[in-house]
Amino acid sequence: MTVQDPIPNTFRNQPDDRGHFGQFGGRYVAETLMPLVLDLEREYTAAKADPAFQAEFDDLLEHYVGRPSPLYFAPRLTDELGGAQVWFKRDELNHTGAHKINNCIGQILLAIRMGKTRIIAETGAGQHGVATATVCARFGLPCVVYMGATDVARQAPNVFRMKLLGAEVVPVTAGAATLKDAMNEALRDWVANVHDTFYIIGTAAGPHPYPELVRDFQSVIGKEARAQMLARTGRLPDLLVAAIGGGSNAIGLFHPFLDDPGVKMLGVEAAGHGLDKEHAASLAGGRPGILHGNKTYLLQDEDGQITEGHSISAGLDYPGIGPEHAWLKEVGRVDYTSVTDTEALDGFQLLCRTEGIIPALEPSHAIAAVKKVAPTMPKDSIVLVNLCGRGDKDIFSVAEHLGVTL
Amino acid sequence: MSRFERAFAKGPALVTFITGGDPTPDATPALLDALVEGGADVIELGMPFTDPMADGPAIQSANLRALAAGTKTAHLFQIAADFRARHPDVPLVLMGYANPMTIRGSEWFAAECRKAGVDGVICVDIPPEEDAELGPALRAAGVSLIRLATPTTDAARLPAVLEGSSGFLYYVSVAGITGLQQAAQASIDEAVARLKAATDIPVAVGFGVRTPEQAAKIAKVADGVVVGSALIDLVAQHGANAAGPVRDLTRALADAVHSAR
Repeated sequence: MTVQDPIPNTFRNQPDDRGHFGQFGGRYVAETLMPLVLDLEREYTAAKADPAFQAEFDDLLEHYVGRPSPLYFAPRLTDELGGAQVWFKRDELNHTGAHKINNCIGQILLAIRMGKTRIIAETGAGQHGVATATVCARFGLPCVVYMGATDVARQAPNVFRMKLLGAEVVPVTAGAATLKDAMNEALRDWVANVHDTFYIIGTAAGPHPYPELVRDFQSVIGKEARAQMLARTGRLPDLLVAAIGGGSNAIGLFHPFLDDPGVKMLGVEAAGHGLDKEHAASLAGGRPGILHGNKTYLLQDEDGQITEGHSISAGLDYPGIGPEHAWLKEVGRVDYTSVTDTEALDGFQLLCRTEGIIPALEPSHAIAAVKKVAPTMPKDSIVLVNLCGRGDKDIFSVAEHLGVTL
Repeated sequence: MSRFERAFAKGPALVTFITGGDPTPDATPALLDALVEGGADVIELGMPFTDPMADGPAIQSANLRALAAGTKTAHLFQIAADFRARHPDVPLVLMGYANPMTIRGSEWFAAECRKAGVDGVICVDIPPEEDAELGPALRAAGVSLIRLATPTTDAARLPAVLEGSSGFLYYVSVAGITGLQQAAQASIDEAVARLKAATDIPVAVGFGVRTPEQAAKIAKVADGVVVGSALIDLVAQHGANAAGPVRDLTRALADAVHSAR
């Protein structure tokens, strides 16, 4: 890096026309896929400029997903922490119980626009798989979801949901049989079925234009939250907090606020058993490399072999992170921290107890970070947290970690 | 004349692929020798990677076996340098994925290739659009960047693929992963004719080529035939004792390919 990188006058004009966010992002795919990736970029550019596409997206978000999601002030959590006011963007109230559906609606509309007749997806915890299976059922398209065999075993309810919705769930036994292996297998399917298949990627990563289009579809979170906060309080929040695996819920919340200089942002990675042990914190414990079509921070060894991520939350258990987050870290616009499995479990229970909301383990990481930072802030300041998923899917693993037999 | 030019000057060439370090780094030199003894004209040495997303089950497993045996990048370059000392004339290509090749910087990788006597590099996941990641460093070091053309590479795109590639052009005959489907011969004939009209560098055809019969048919139209998974299957089956079976299959393939000369 040069001694003085100029501070950009906007943080919202990335990526460049070749899909780069600074040195990150790009299109690192096999030649077979490259023409498809270029097609997708052309089609997405056209869709963005097409009012009919946007209108259909907005209509489905309102009447099928249930948007806008509420903006909620959490009085008892605020009292308990004794500092900043804590507010939640309630994306856990969406249809299917998480933010993932926002992106799936956008991508399946693109798939239909491109004349694709078959949908594939990868999933870790199963939330993106369920959301993809949901939109495929809604639009009557066949759906194949690749899921690591390890995750199939530990996320049985979501596997059953996907099957109820008509999807075929393919267990992937390669590697450690988790999310990254599922993504490898989805890429192998795509390369073999390029003529009719659309790959709905679940997070703001992968080859350009995926990081951009996933961000744009998820930005409904931040756009709504910004307007809601202004309407309710007449001001913008002081701090945004969101959990990060690949980073789609976080970029969706952050992006519309990036050019508001008074709004600080905190992304929370999964520190697993601790940053000196097994974890999934790519920014804190990784370094730049190339995987799954993009350059970004990765957990890897000195030879560039990818190492396995670990988190109590299967949704954060990925050894990479979306390239825009890698860039936002390097330019210093967003701060990133990490919390351990144990801290996330505490955050999970704290929200259950104080607000009557059972959060997913992913946003429990954000809550754990808020627990540390809110008490250090003045009482008239505002922290806005993305509550990106509900915890129904996690009660079994939480019970196990708390030593409770159901 | 470069080693590639000499290898392809004799007529259709057999290009063989095995994964470095499979089943162990120590076993690889004897397997490479078996390929040369069997009559392979160009050797591709796979650099193992944890996430070989363009490969089918055979080469995926080979990658994981090599990594489980402790194979490091340093082993690959030692294997390459030793190969060069034993076989001064046989072109050697490193084939693999972007991350292990670029993690220490492309200049470092290109310099190591040059030192070890590596003639060319195939990187699966660096398309022409991302050439800056590796291409300039390789070209500056005098190492060929061998690009892949596929059934989805249309006429509009082909010039970008050819720009900056040298050694030979690798035609991936099926839109898919390694070792599974087999392309219809007619589609190969058509594609090779199209590619050869666009470039002077040799065109080698791979993906799904497993038998001498297939290889002979492809050799009638192409400058080279690439075989990988069928050889890897023998390594999987025979482990450290695979040199004999690998030599035998290579000889049958080489005879078939060279019969088209």
